[in-house]
Amino acid sequence: MTIREMQKVLDARFLYGEEMADLEAQFVFSSDMMSDVLAYGGKCSVLITGLCNPQVVRTAEMLDIICIIFVRGKMPDDNMLRLAMAKGIAVLATGHYMFTTCGMLYEHGLRGGA
Amino acid sequence: MGEVLNFRYTIDGDDFTRAGEASSSVKNKLKQLGLDSDVIRKVSIAMYEGEINMVIHADGGNITVSVTDSDITMVLSDTGPGIPDVEKAMQEGYSTARAEVRSLGFGAGMGLPNMKKYTDEMHIDTTIGKGTTITMKVHI
Ligand SMILES: Nc1ncnc2c1ncn2[C@@H]1O[C@H](COP(=O)(O)OP(=O)(O)O)[C@@H](O)[C@H]1O
Ligand SMILES: [Mg+2]
Repeated sequence: MTIREMQKVLDARFLYGEEMADLEAQFVFSSDMMSDVLAYGGKCSVLITGLCNPQVVRTAEMLDIICIIFVRGKMPDDNMLRLAMAKGIAVLATGHYMFTTCGMLYEHGLRGGA
Repeated sequence: MGEVLNFRYTIDGDDFTRAGEASSSVKNKLKQLGLDSDVIRKVSIAMYEGEINMVIHADGGNITVSVTDSDITMVLSDTGPGIPDVEKAMQEGYSTARAEVRSLGFGAGMGLPNMKKYTDEMHIDTTIGKGTTITMKVHI
């Protein structure tokens, strides 16, 4: 599934990285605990989270994640978006809750890393 | 390469927002050196967890990273409270982090186990009341 397809399915907004919309993702990790993402998200290229602080972007950077999806209407601030830009990580925001977001993407063929 | 490259960082213990800048800088440098992306990811994750620990448990410290043809060595030293029971601290899920740290996405007690998991060698030298030095090595 491409980032563009995820954006459409989730009725999400591109906060950064529309030019990366055609990149493909296969595995996704979702968590609000960044240590869990670091422990188990190794082969995932998309991070779904309801946590909203700069360490989310840092965590994504360390794992070479290409797209962060913020759920429950969470809005990263300018500092976080600047960081995402600097690292070339696309950022989407959706109003859906975590479970719904994950379910919708699963239905469209995305899978967890393990 | 042939020679040894050294990078040094001072980690500010008061600024959680900036935690990870040193790990990010190292990641960039290793990319520029053209190292294998799996090696870079392992180093980045291990160092980032260590850097976060320095900020949340030890009020900052110093990190030195050396790169040779055969491996990358990270030495993280702080003058924090030390770790009373290293064996316990190494267990998944063990954490003394405050609720405030947990609300920031850390403090799940996975940091030290992650550091061990992603490196080829790890050694913890710690003295209560004096500080902690963690040495980690990743083979290239
Ligand atoms: N640099 C350090 N100085 C003092 N204590 C530390 C340090 N690093 C880790 N610890 C101790 O070891 C515990 C486990 O660390 P870790 O596995 O990273 O989990 P977490 O950081 O989520 O608590 C910490 O809760 C803390 O008590
Ligand atoms: Mg930790």
